[in-house]
Amino acid sequence: MIAANAPVQRSPHAKVMVVDPTGQIRDLPRAALIDLIQPGDLVVANDAATIPASLSGVHLPSQRPIEVRLAGVPSLDPDNREFSAVVFGEGDFRTRTEDRPRPPSLAEGDQLQMGPLSAKILHLLDHPRLVLLKFDHSRDELWAGLAHHGRPIQYSHLPLPLSLWDVWTPIAGPPVAFEPPSAGFALSWQLVTEMRVAGAQFKTITHAAGLSSTGDPELDKRLPFDEPYRVPQTTADPINQAKSSSKRIIAVGTTVVRVLEHAAHEGKIAAGENLATERIGVTTQLQVVDTLLSGTHEPGTSHYELLRAFLTDAELERLTTELNMREYRTHEFGDSVLVSRTFNKLAEPHTVRQTECPFLLQTSAYRSGRRG
Amino acid sequence: METETLETRTGSDVTSHDVFFGQLRIAVTGGTSGLGLALVRELSARGARVAFLARHAEPVAKVEPENKNTHGIVADVSDKDAIYPAALQIVGQLGGLEILINNASDLGPAPLALLADTNCEDLEKTIATNVLGPFRLTKALLGALSASAREGRAALVVNISSDAAVTPYPKWGAYGASKAALRHLTEIWNQELSVEGLRFLSFDPGDMDTPMHALAVPDADRTTLKTAEAAARELITAIEIALTGPHSSK
Repeated sequence: MIAANAPVQRSPHAKVMVVDPTGQIRDLPRAALIDLIQPGDLVVANDAATIPASLSGVHLPSQRPIEVRLAGVPSLDPDNREFSAVVFGEGDFRTRTEDRPRPPSLAEGDQLQMGPLSAKILHLLDHPRLVLLKFDHSRDELWAGLAHHGRPIQYSHLPLPLSLWDVWTPIAGPPVAFEPPSAGFALSWQLVTEMRVAGAQFKTITHAAGLSSTGDPELDKRLPFDEPYRVPQTTADPINQAKSSSKRIIAVGTTVVRVLEHAAHEGKIAAGENLATERIGVTTQLQVVDTLLSGTHEPGTSHYELLRAFLTDAELERLTTELNMREYRTHEFGDSVLVSRTFNKLAEPHTVRQTECPFLLQTSAYRSGRRG
Repeated sequence: METETLETRTGSDVTSHDVFFGQLRIAVTGGTSGLGLALVRELSARGARVAFLARHAEPVAKVEPENKNTHGIVADVSDKDAIYPAALQIVGQLGGLEILINNASDLGPAPLALLADTNCEDLEKTIATNVLGPFRLTKALLGALSASAREGRAALVVNISSDAAVTPYPKWGAYGASKAALRHLTEIWNQELSVEGLRFLSFDPGDMDTPMHALAVPDADRTTLKTAEAAARELITAIEIALTGPHSSK
């Protein structure tokens, strides 16, 4: 697939590859998305705004330059000052993540200075580049520091520096995401208001979408990290009602799938805050989500693995072939897929093979891993 | 087409307002002078949590500690690049948002000038502050406001207007035209998004005894002007009516 290398969220040329429950695949303009929304559908999106989580700075003990990418928080507590973070050596997003120099040797107690922000490493998280750090600031100072010194985390497929407006979806609210929930780039306020006219509902959850790539294969295997989320009562209730009347739940983005499936117990969603710890993949029996709107993902990524909960491997292989043939653009500003859990997938025996997807062997060296 | 009009009222029961406003998170632009400062003070006194924007660090640093539960943010709404960082601080510091008050205003050329004598750069600046600033900040905060609406809480944008928006006063061209544009934007926003539980209101505070008025009309008899505090109380009453009255979204 071709990398989408310009930060245009809603390109008039954007496409969506639709896989319906029968496994049939169609290639449509994404502007036709509203025509695919049926009366009674409930569309759920992640309303997290993106924190400018890339902080350039200095590792004070060694005086060496570093880039800190905030990667996670233990909860959505607004007074929290502790963040897990991946630390890089000098350089920036223009260098491919996997080619970035390593940071200096990091140790508990080390002070980091990032523009106006200072933080202390509380401890390492079982990896020399993954730390838990704590900022030495009040909540207001921290937000001011992030606003003025932070930059959106970005990767080398985008040659120019991103602005914060590039990485906020139109519905971006609580600033808790470390990378954009980019499936939400397909949304517009026109689409949201048209859903209502089409007899569908639009609801949101808030999920602290984390990093899609760390540049280190060992760390990448641990993605996604545990991510806190919140399901409002005003979202949980309509979802449970919709499920009980067999209406379709459409998740806008893999983060929404992760949240709704984690929050579900015996098919019902609980409202409230929690920590999503499980990964969605081939062994997952989806309880809530019927259909996923997402970006296009390369084999080998956790987002790609998530599709195996919706499609059989044969169907996923056909989808990937079609996406490549029709030159769909990948990464966060690329084209989309609208994938329904298929009858074939539902019919698969539940004693699931814990095998790697066979065509992961074709994984390209360059992984997209984009959140979507 | 129904137009939103606001009747200003005077006087209200502060105690009941405290209960109501204590649950609200409110952003005010231009919060260190004139009407904006009066709003920060009055809203803070009623228990609201307030984030306020202003261009200069010193007044921001002075106003914040004087008013409880307020968060001062240095930002110029006429600067496109300042909008999203300001929005980030607003929602980060408050944890969410129910009300945005776009109050920061640029007068245009001072002394006031005929349009024919107005530099286009002055008109551009006035439009940047009075129209584009509110437009951009509203868009940036729409997600937070609509999240409030979806959860059944208030979601309101108030844009400060003027009779100069409707009456073609000579020498008030830049200001009047920009306020007319803002007023019209407000009505269209309201038409487009009230179905989603978001409300947009224009509020004309009338002639107030403020530094901006003194700049515009240096020889005015200040005793005939309304105080900014009185105008702020009227706006607060109007907000309460808008959020609890028959046309409210609740």
